[in-house]
Amino acid sequence: MKLSNNTRLEVRELTKIFVSGRRKITAVDQVSFEIHEREIVSLVGQSGSGKTTIAHMILNLLKSTSGSIIFDGKDIKDIKKKIYWRNVQGIFQDPFSSFNQFFVVKKVLRDSFKILDKSFNNEEKDKIIIKALESVNIDPGDVLEKYPFELSGGQMQRIMIARIFIIKPKLLIADEPTSMIDSILRANILKLFEKLREKQGTSIMFITHDIGLAYYVSDRIFIMHRGKIVEAGSAEQVIMNPNHTYTKGLIEDVPTLHKEWILTKRS
Amino acid sequence: MGKLLTVKALKAYYKLRLGEKLRAVDGVSLTLQEGEVLGIAGESGCGKSTLASCLSGLFFPPLKYQKGNITLDGIDIIRTDKQTLRKSILGKKISFIPQSAMNALNPTLKIEDFVADVMQEHEPDLSREEAIKRAEERLEVLSLPKDVLKAYPFELSGGMKQRTIVVLSTLMNPEIVIADEPTSALDVSSQRQVIELMKRLLQMKITKSMIFITHELPILRHVADRIAIMYAGVFLEVGTMPQIIFDPRHPYTKVLMSSIIVPEKGMRERKLPLITGRPPDLRKRIKGCRFAKRCPYATDECRMREPDMEETDGRKIKCFHPLKGKEIKQNEVI
Repeated sequence: MKLSNNTRLEVRELTKIFVSGRRKITAVDQVSFEIHEREIVSLVGQSGSGKTTIAHMILNLLKSTSGSIIFDGKDIKDIKKKIYWRNVQGIFQDPFSSFNQFFVVKKVLRDSFKILDKSFNNEEKDKIIIKALESVNIDPGDVLEKYPFELSGGQMQRIMIARIFIIKPKLLIADEPTSMIDSILRANILKLFEKLREKQGTSIMFITHDIGLAYYVSDRIFIMHRGKIVEAGSAEQVIMNPNHTYTKGLIEDVPTLHKEWILTKRS
Repeated sequence: MGKLLTVKALKAYYKLRLGEKLRAVDGVSLTLQEGEVLGIAGESGCGKSTLASCLSGLFFPPLKYQKGNITLDGIDIIRTDKQTLRKSILGKKISFIPQSAMNALNPTLKIEDFVADVMQEHEPDLSREEAIKRAEERLEVLSLPKDVLKAYPFELSGGMKQRTIVVLSTLMNPEIVIADEPTSALDVSSQRQVIELMKRLLQMKITKSMIFITHELPILRHVADRIAIMYAGVFLEVGTMPQIIFDPRHPYTKVLMSSIIVPEKGMRERKLPLITGRPPDLRKRIKGCRFAKRCPYATDECRMREPDMEETDGRKIKCFHPLKGKEIKQNEVI
């Protein structure tokens, strides 16, 4: 494994409490972990476990209640948002809601250059866009002049990833990008993650409830349950040799090819 | 074991604006035996959900019937009028659970009101109390809490809502249940509970057979007796569960199987298939094999002529150059 020990992101005792009237909900409860350079980690848990809340805090879209997030040695509170987002980008479950539906793909992709510190003319931009689309196996001629509603979910998700090839962030937060698409496209997305890491040295935090995908692609896996990370370790260790009862139950519920899954009572 | 349902060369299309036709089901034949679970799998847009809704015989616009036959227990579904279909066939002989059915529950009604509504629609003589009592008994038999009847849909979790839907749609003991993606949008634990419930319905002979539509192949591995692989409006391969999952012969089936990723020993070393392109546009006439464009084994013949469905060893396959199975390193796939 060509992992380096340089820490890209460090999360320290991160907590988020949502308050509504007198009700308090602790969505994220004193969570700490770090992500290294070129590392792919997965944050796995059921709906409501707090995964997305963590993603939003790391992306600086949501303020934490307490705790800190350190990116490349600096607290993200002290980093200008524009500079931070040059380095940390996200992709989300529903690619359609991430795009302005009134703009064609070309316009959306050209706009993504705004975050960069270098300026490009349109010709330069288009060259980079075409290369990025080719990296995600999309024929640029097929999509550039189209509106989001003319494209399939899988195409849109890959266009989202093409943006990542343009912006070249150091860290990608991928929040359930595979849950709306079927198995062949899922496999393609995982391949793209590996490509991002190989080509650009991107660290990736993959947030998913799909344990199979997490096991396949990750270096390390964090299992989340009710706002806490209940188990963390290498993918092999966490999935093949889980310690925590919750992890064990979670893995047992996943249908595999070789182990019996349905245990109906014989009456 | 008799044949419960026979579909012959069924064609149906969506009528689009400008008079275009989107041929979502373009010549599908299938049989469903008594006591059997048939899985139908394929990528999004392959026509599997359209096929399911055709089987109800209702053909809501813009979906239109073109040709072919559907015979259910000797009844010609296509030529039965809609009123009879609704009153005495749907729900009684064949029950259809459409995709995200659980979100279609009326949020302002308690589950029991819904039960009474639906039951009385089919059996006008039934009183409200009797209808609810029947539902209570059924829930009890299946060891589910009967309190769900007193609840509003929003008070139930996704998994519980889906199980309730499954129970309610089988209240009239339909011979066949057609379930379209009943487990998608549920977390893994709820998925398993829904599947266990469906298996129990079969074991207790509340229903005789099922058609299970999903793109989650690992689930079909555990519920289906036979599996049909659908692509661009047609079946490309139909066989027993082990034939399809562990020994696929159609190149497309093989690609689908190698894209399965489950938490299992050896999975991390697996090479994922590289397949690009998209299924063909169903608005256009397709020449040759529908998978030829994306198939690594395609020859000129494949691009010119569409192969027929051929049967060998109980497996049907629509391909000029099927894989030879064991000679290929099949086991790296699974």
